[in-house]
Amino acid sequence: MKQLYLTATSDIAESLRARWFSVYSVVFGGIVVILFAFGLSESRVMGFTGLSRLLITYIQLSMALLPIFVLITTVRSVAGDREAGIFEYMLSLPVSLAAWFWGRFVGRFIVVFLPVFLAMLGALVWGVIKGSEIPWTLFVYYTGLLMALVWCFLGIGMLISTLARSSDVAQAAAFIVWLTLLLFLDLILLGILIQENLPPESAVAIALANPLQVFRTATMMLFDPQLVLLGPTAYIILDNFSQSGYIFYAVCYPVLFGSVCAGLGYLHFKRSDLP
Amino acid sequence: MIEFSGVVKKFRRVDALKDINLSIQRGQQVALVGSNGAGKTTLIRCLLGEYNCSGSVTIDGLNPREHRQQVLSQVGFVPQLPPPLRMPVGHLVTFAATLCGSDPACIHQVAEQLGFDAEHYRHQPFVKLSGGQKQKLLIAIALGRDSELLVMDEPAANLDPEARHTLFSLLAQKQKSAAMLISSHRLDEVAPLVNRVIEMDCGAIVLDDKVAELVELSSLLACNISMIRHEPAFASALSDWGFSAAGSTTEWTGMVAGPDRLRFLGMLSRYAGLLAGIEMNEVRESGKREDVA
Repeated sequence: MKQLYLTATSDIAESLRARWFSVYSVVFGGIVVILFAFGLSESRVMGFTGLSRLLITYIQLSMALLPIFVLITTVRSVAGDREAGIFEYMLSLPVSLAAWFWGRFVGRFIVVFLPVFLAMLGALVWGVIKGSEIPWTLFVYYTGLLMALVWCFLGIGMLISTLARSSDVAQAAAFIVWLTLLLFLDLILLGILIQENLPPESAVAIALANPLQVFRTATMMLFDPQLVLLGPTAYIILDNFSQSGYIFYAVCYPVLFGSVCAGLGYLHFKRSDLP
Repeated sequence: MIEFSGVVKKFRRVDALKDINLSIQRGQQVALVGSNGAGKTTLIRCLLGEYNCSGSVTIDGLNPREHRQQVLSQVGFVPQLPPPLRMPVGHLVTFAATLCGSDPACIHQVAEQLGFDAEHYRHQPFVKLSGGQKQKLLIAIALGRDSELLVMDEPAANLDPEARHTLFSLLAQKQKSAAMLISSHRLDEVAPLVNRVIEMDCGAIVLDDKVAELVELSSLLACNISMIRHEPAFASALSDWGFSAAGSTTEWTGMVAGPDRLRFLGMLSRYAGLLAGIEMNEVRESGKREDVA
């Protein structure tokens, strides 16, 4: 446990000094600032106004940006560290491979999740100062969703990092994975597949297996509880899950998916050449 | 202590190590020499349990891959190229000391002996240090604990003459209790440090030879150099070795670490046409001097 803590804090110390982290923090902090600056909290859409409106926009933007950010920065730094000789030196110290791998995972999770969460928290604090009504349920649910999103793509990133032997290959693989998940969203390839008479069960199975689509549907559900925007698919989701059931699924499935990916990554890491 | 038995390592179709059989005992200082691609780094990585390989590698009967913590807690490793770590110096020292179960103060002490004040640079990211400072800190981390095996890749390459002498003295203290494996492209760089030479080529051991231990690792040579005339390049080279002008700009004096004598003479040979006289006297602990050149 001490080794895991040491590795996690080392990874955090490394990340805090990396340029990607500055860019990352500025992007997510900047989004909130821009949303405030453009008076989004003052506008009203589909009955949402104030901080709720801002949080809904923020989570939609996070869903678009976060996966690719997490994937690219994770594979770049993990595979890049291996290429640069950091693994060679650090793994010559008596640290267990489990503590090293999971310590990095935990450290990176904190580093990736914290700026996104703090930006959201900052918006909330600003709302309190301004005397706005605080949408606590929305805040807690979005925090859970963001954690699940980060965990999921971090797991995928760690798996890619252990499989790819160079950072270039790892980056290309990460981009392809993200693009594939993106293409299988309801608006893109999945829509075309349905148009081409794909059985509805298969379309729903793909949608439920694709973590990006799961997030999309879950965030949609908060401002459109009947999922009118999704069309007939909404019946299948709501009949099989119910609203609260799907929200639970949207948090648990990505965490499970990310954990399985990270677990596979760890098994490969443990059995392969380390540097 | 170290046993390589029928070790083979392949990278796709390339044989990086071909049936390596090697035994190294405590008290042996082994130079691992060979050109690029000879297999030195692969051998070291197999020894540290970082590479999977066929055959068997053991340190005190334990497989370094399966008993990582037990084995690696006894191994001090200095890589050829310092890793580009962004973590602060203080964090790196604490990290290494905690993992190795050693006292950070010991690491600080060795670093200070080598001429690097780790406490002063506590908040400085490791990657921002100069090449020599990085090398000194990595050596301090390797030597500032009770390691029974030292694996070093060109450990003295970036060090100034004074730090080299300190390193040789520190290694001399470990001579009896630890085994050392020092890798280098050039034998003359590491020859004074070792009593056994293993040369590798194309993944195989092509030479395994003993070296007479004539030079004390901790010895020092007092040197006087006379030049025919003052030459700035020569004077600068001597200054780099810590020499100073004695009276006139053509007379220089300084100290050279005993194991560094070959390198020093190599430097002098570049300016052979300017030399009027060389005097080198080994300084014994009792203060008696013995002419060696």
